[in-house]
Amino acid sequence: MPDRLAELQPIFRDILDQPNLVLTRESNARNVANWDSLSHIELVTSIREHYNIKFALGELRELENVGDMIDLIEEKLARNAARNA
Amino acid sequence: MRSRRRLRRELSALPGLQKVRIAVLGGSTTNELVDLWELLLLASGFEPTFHQSEYGLFYEEAVHNTQALAAFRPDIVYICTSYRNVQNLPPIGVTDSGFRSAVANELDRYRQIWTSLSAALPCQIIQNNFELPPYRPLGNLESSSSSGAGRFFLALNTAFAAEARQNPRLLLHDLFALAAYKGGEDWFDFGRWFGYKLLYTIRANYEIAHSLNAMVLAIYGRSRKVLVLDLDNTCWGGVIGDDGVDRIQIGREHPEAEAFTAFQEYCLRLRDRGVLLAVCSKNEDAVARQGFEHPDSVLKLEHFSSFKANWNPKHENLQAIAAELQLGLDSFVFVDDNPAERAIVSAQLPEVAVPDVGSDVVLFPSIIDDQRYFEPVTLSAEDVSRASLYAQNAERAAGQALFADYGEYLDSLEMRAEIAKFQSLYLERITQLINKTNQFNLTTRRYTQAEIESAATDPDYLGLYGRLLDRFGDNGLVSVILVHRIDREMHIDLWLMSCRVLKRDMEFAMLDSLVDHARRMGVDTLHGTYIPTKKNSMVADHYSKLGFTKHNSVEGETETHWTLDITQYTPQNLHISLLETVHA
Repeated sequence: MPDRLAELQPIFRDILDQPNLVLTRESNARNVANWDSLSHIELVTSIREHYNIKFALGELRELENVGDMIDLIEEKLARNAARNA
Repeated sequence: MRSRRRLRRELSALPGLQKVRIAVLGGSTTNELVDLWELLLLASGFEPTFHQSEYGLFYEEAVHNTQALAAFRPDIVYICTSYRNVQNLPPIGVTDSGFRSAVANELDRYRQIWTSLSAALPCQIIQNNFELPPYRPLGNLESSSSSGAGRFFLALNTAFAAEARQNPRLLLHDLFALAAYKGGEDWFDFGRWFGYKLLYTIRANYEIAHSLNAMVLAIYGRSRKVLVLDLDNTCWGGVIGDDGVDRIQIGREHPEAEAFTAFQEYCLRLRDRGVLLAVCSKNEDAVARQGFEHPDSVLKLEHFSSFKANWNPKHENLQAIAAELQLGLDSFVFVDDNPAERAIVSAQLPEVAVPDVGSDVVLFPSIIDDQRYFEPVTLSAEDVSRASLYAQNAERAAGQALFADYGEYLDSLEMRAEIAKFQSLYLERITQLINKTNQFNLTTRRYTQAEIESAATDPDYLGLYGRLLDRFGDNGLVSVILVHRIDREMHIDLWLMSCRVLKRDMEFAMLDSLVDHARRMGVDTLHGTYIPTKKNSMVADHYSKLGFTKHNSVEGETETHWTLDITQYTPQNLHISLLETVHA
């Protein structure tokens, strides 16, 4: 399985303007600087474009941290792959 | 978008930025739009400061909280509203008079905004008109029925336009047109709307930001003012110097001719509304002018404010045009189908806008139009000094790196040439080039393909072709030399080259190669002849440039004769690397 953390890290670094940020599954808006509600929209939009996936309304509300986000991405990608198979 | 913070830092550090304060009163979340707009403004030489209203409170901020807005001292107030913000949509089944009062009520709400802003602030107001809603529950009746939302928004847009015509402080931002031609199904993003009250896709926000950026440039008198055109394969199809005025493609006879005519019509329309037109072309002046005397040419000579057709580098001609028109190069847009010309102009004159128009004239109008170079707005602002803006631009331009000299430019093209003996594969193209090249052609002798074929096999004849590639692609087979040998002397019967690779030093590479072959054939002297025609004056001093010695001319003879001793010859080509060729 590809290292999603490594894939997400440059996106987070760019958007949060933190070139040395080290992302972990436990990273969240409270323990990472600059992660405010507006950057959050940008993060979601960039992740959506990067993986070519769509989030349904409400799906994002339950996410606690980056780990949850990665699990959701995996789920979406697996569904896309099944559809394309 | 991802790296915008870094980009913003870099752009903000540029010197000479023009400060502008913009208040954005939004009917939706405007942060993404403002971020994009800010980057575009920075790249255009502005240093913007933004104030954004709380989402959806555009009316309240403008009408009830004007003092707070005034404290921000905006130069521009942008009211970013959409069909989502309308309160008086006519109900289904409404009468015609009910429809009209719904329009009047909605208009009144916006009038209050504009009046309140105008009274309290010395600012320019930019107001969106409305795009059509994406759902059409009434189907085609949407645009004709009194109950139709489509009809409602069209009526409201017409009413807004009437207001804008009367009120110089109010500029309409034509969101309706923008959504219609750029939007399609990738305009609204309802996931983000319900989630974050962000109505548009990123792409839509980019289009809106780009459009608003053009308006700010226009408000500050910095729209571009001059459209400079190349001629061959830009204003008409074909090469007028080679094909002649009768054979260029313009008019209505062929699809290509129609496409060039459509582009000329677009240029003429710009000219009629005040954009200056100029010509910058590598051509003989007299021949070039004939193109606009062609009966089907929409553009006529009198439409051009400046006309430079000669063999000088184009960036020099553009500077000459700027001096002649007394306008800064930062008001210029240069259109040329040739990517190498575009590259040298944009490298040498970074302040000139050089759109990548490609080489298909069908696309020229939309590519140029999309850039919004010539956005017109009556300059209202009592506050803006053009002269100081021009000076700042000049400073910025001076800070950018140029090519140190022409040689450096040539090196940047990464040219590679294939120069070899005639091969059967190329005979058809060689014959074609021999028979249609008129300008860079020393003797203008014509040959049939059969003659070329027999020359190719005769041991006393030597034919060389040259093909030139550069970082923009393959220019194809562009040069031909045909010689015959008598003992230790070689006579150059034919030397020609396509004008598209003029001033690339290809003739030096050809000569180096010719000398190489000649030596191997035991030759020590080359003989060249120049036979003048109406069209080939550009090569009158060809042999002199290559180091040949001129012979005393015979009384009454117009041709000139030249010789070169090749026993001491050293190669002259410095900028083109040679490709290995497979000899047939």
